[in-house]
Amino acid sequence: MTATEIRPTTDALLKTEAPKKPANMGQILRWMLLFLGGVAMVMPIAYMISTSLKWPHEVYNLKLIPDEPHIENYTYVLEDGRFYWWFVNSMIIAVITTVCNVIFDSLVGYTLCKFRFPGRYIVFIAILSTLMIPTEMLVIPWYLMSQQFGWLDSYWGIMFPGLMTAFGTFLMKQFFETVPDDFIEAARIDGLNELQIWWTVAMPLVKPALAALAIFVFLGNWTAFIWPLIVTNSVEMYTLPVGLSSFGDEADVAWELIMTGAAISTIPTLIVFLIFQRYIIQGVVMAGLKG
Amino acid sequence: MADLAIRNLVKRYDKTEVLHGISLDVEDGEFVVFVGPSGCGKSTTLRLIAGLEDATQGEIAIGGRVVNNLEPKDRDIAMVFQNYAIYPHMTVRKNIGFGLRTAKMSKADKEARIDEVAGILGMTDLLARKPSQLSGGQRQRVAIGRAMVRDPAVFLFDEPLSNLDAQLRTQMRLEIKKLHQRVGNTIIFVTHDQVEAMTMADRIVIMKDGHIQQVGTPAEVYHKPANTFVARFIGAPSMNMLSGTVTNGALRMASGSTLELGDNLPEGRDVTVGVRPEDLHPGDGPALVRGPVTVREPLGHETLIYVGTEGQEVIAKADGRTPPQVGEEVTLTAAVDTLHIFDAATGEALR
Repeated sequence: MTATEIRPTTDALLKTEAPKKPANMGQILRWMLLFLGGVAMVMPIAYMISTSLKWPHEVYNLKLIPDEPHIENYTYVLEDGRFYWWFVNSMIIAVITTVCNVIFDSLVGYTLCKFRFPGRYIVFIAILSTLMIPTEMLVIPWYLMSQQFGWLDSYWGIMFPGLMTAFGTFLMKQFFETVPDDFIEAARIDGLNELQIWWTVAMPLVKPALAALAIFVFLGNWTAFIWPLIVTNSVEMYTLPVGLSSFGDEADVAWELIMTGAAISTIPTLIVFLIFQRYIIQGVVMAGLKG
Repeated sequence: MADLAIRNLVKRYDKTEVLHGISLDVEDGEFVVFVGPSGCGKSTTLRLIAGLEDATQGEIAIGGRVVNNLEPKDRDIAMVFQNYAIYPHMTVRKNIGFGLRTAKMSKADKEARIDEVAGILGMTDLLARKPSQLSGGQRQRVAIGRAMVRDPAVFLFDEPLSNLDAQLRTQMRLEIKKLHQRVGNTIIFVTHDQVEAMTMADRIVIMKDGHIQQVGTPAEVYHKPANTFVARFIGAPSMNMLSGTVTNGALRMASGSTLELGDNLPEGRDVTVGVRPEDLHPGDGPALVRGPVTVREPLGHETLIYVGTEGQEVIAKADGRTPPQVGEEVTLTAAVDTLHIFDAATGEALR
């Protein structure tokens, strides 16, 4: 008997052994909910791209596929010198803030997690409690500070409130808890000082957390609107979200241009996510411990 | 290489004292094993020697130099941790070479030293691998390699074999012993496993509740236990403990029989008589224990029998071919010179 003769019999056996279960109501409901959730997520993006391909007179027509799709809006936005400025501003601010957060938040988180000193708990609670203060309440003090220090309408003015965050510190502290003290003590015996231990031993072990923090901070700063709007005056200092909102004139908002700018501005966030997401998936910490 | 001296070492965490003034001298090149149950203070002592914790009182000297106020890196020690603590983001070569980062050596010398250590541990082929690609035993070897590479005066091992399976543990035990014979450094090894202690140590330090119970060679702690705790802790199955009284210079057992010890034991004193299962057999001599066999555990060449007496179970060794049956009344006897006599009140050895 040849293999080709056997195969149908095996297939038939497999079919009889594992019959397909009919989907029950609960499953159908779950899939429906997931589908609705998916639609809710995708629709704004779909409309953003759709609107960016429409002529101004079509914008309020809610058709998803434009009658006459075109890329004139993209040409207009990319040829407008202001867009480059805003893009560069946003990039500088988001990158510097992200780097600062990754360094400062993890330094503070590491210190709070791995060192025993009087008042440690109070410091931690004090940092955590700032999470409960809404940004809207802080905007005025920030503005007054910026004004007094002469930081209005500058990169430093836009960046300073976010160079370190309570959330990032908390996140990093929690992740450093997963780094066994043995690693740190081993490095101490091997002759490293505390700063070297933090950088060469602890930081590589929390790469997934650093990646998550980098994504959060980058996205947060890339899309930040209220504070950059308040602290900047000149068009050259605008960030992308502030700049995009200024498209159009006082009588009419140019939605098709705003959506075009928004579509272009999602590209860097996608790149950041693609770069860092693999670190989130890696479970690095446990690999060096008992097998 | 260097000797190690501990003088009246005390460690307190707030008000809780976990080490109560222990003293010990370890000779140059000696393999000393600290053994004891959980919470006995053995790991704390090791961490104090390493400098990972500060001593509340007392003195630690390595090679004649008091190290209490020195950082771990300046104490000329290396430590192997229970969880190995090898860095998952570094290759085996980098892990082994990690301890040389701060050493004043040329790069070529460092590489040569790493290769030498890898050669000794049989890991030359694994140098480019990451820890996740290694087995438990190989990871343990990397941890040992990282300690070896610096050629420290004293090696500290903190329960390094407890995460390995039984077979690998036996193998690594042998390897560490061979390694010690080869490199000859002073080793302080902490374990809760008395078999590890007996098989590896030049001298064993048995600890309980922050006190040293006995220090001695494996033969000494086995044959001349200082107290009932050591007697029970060392040896498997544990030593049997029976009660008796000294009357007219002889030992009167609860079973009713009288044994002439020939020693001057205090008259009228209640004593605990310790006898190891391997010294206790069914036989016709003076009865230490009489009772029915409750359980049999055949081991092939011999059989362990459990005999119920005085509200406890006594373990004895019987012949493997014709052991007594379960339920059978047996008389267990032992040579007088194999008996250990302890004070019933204090537990201290009387002979």
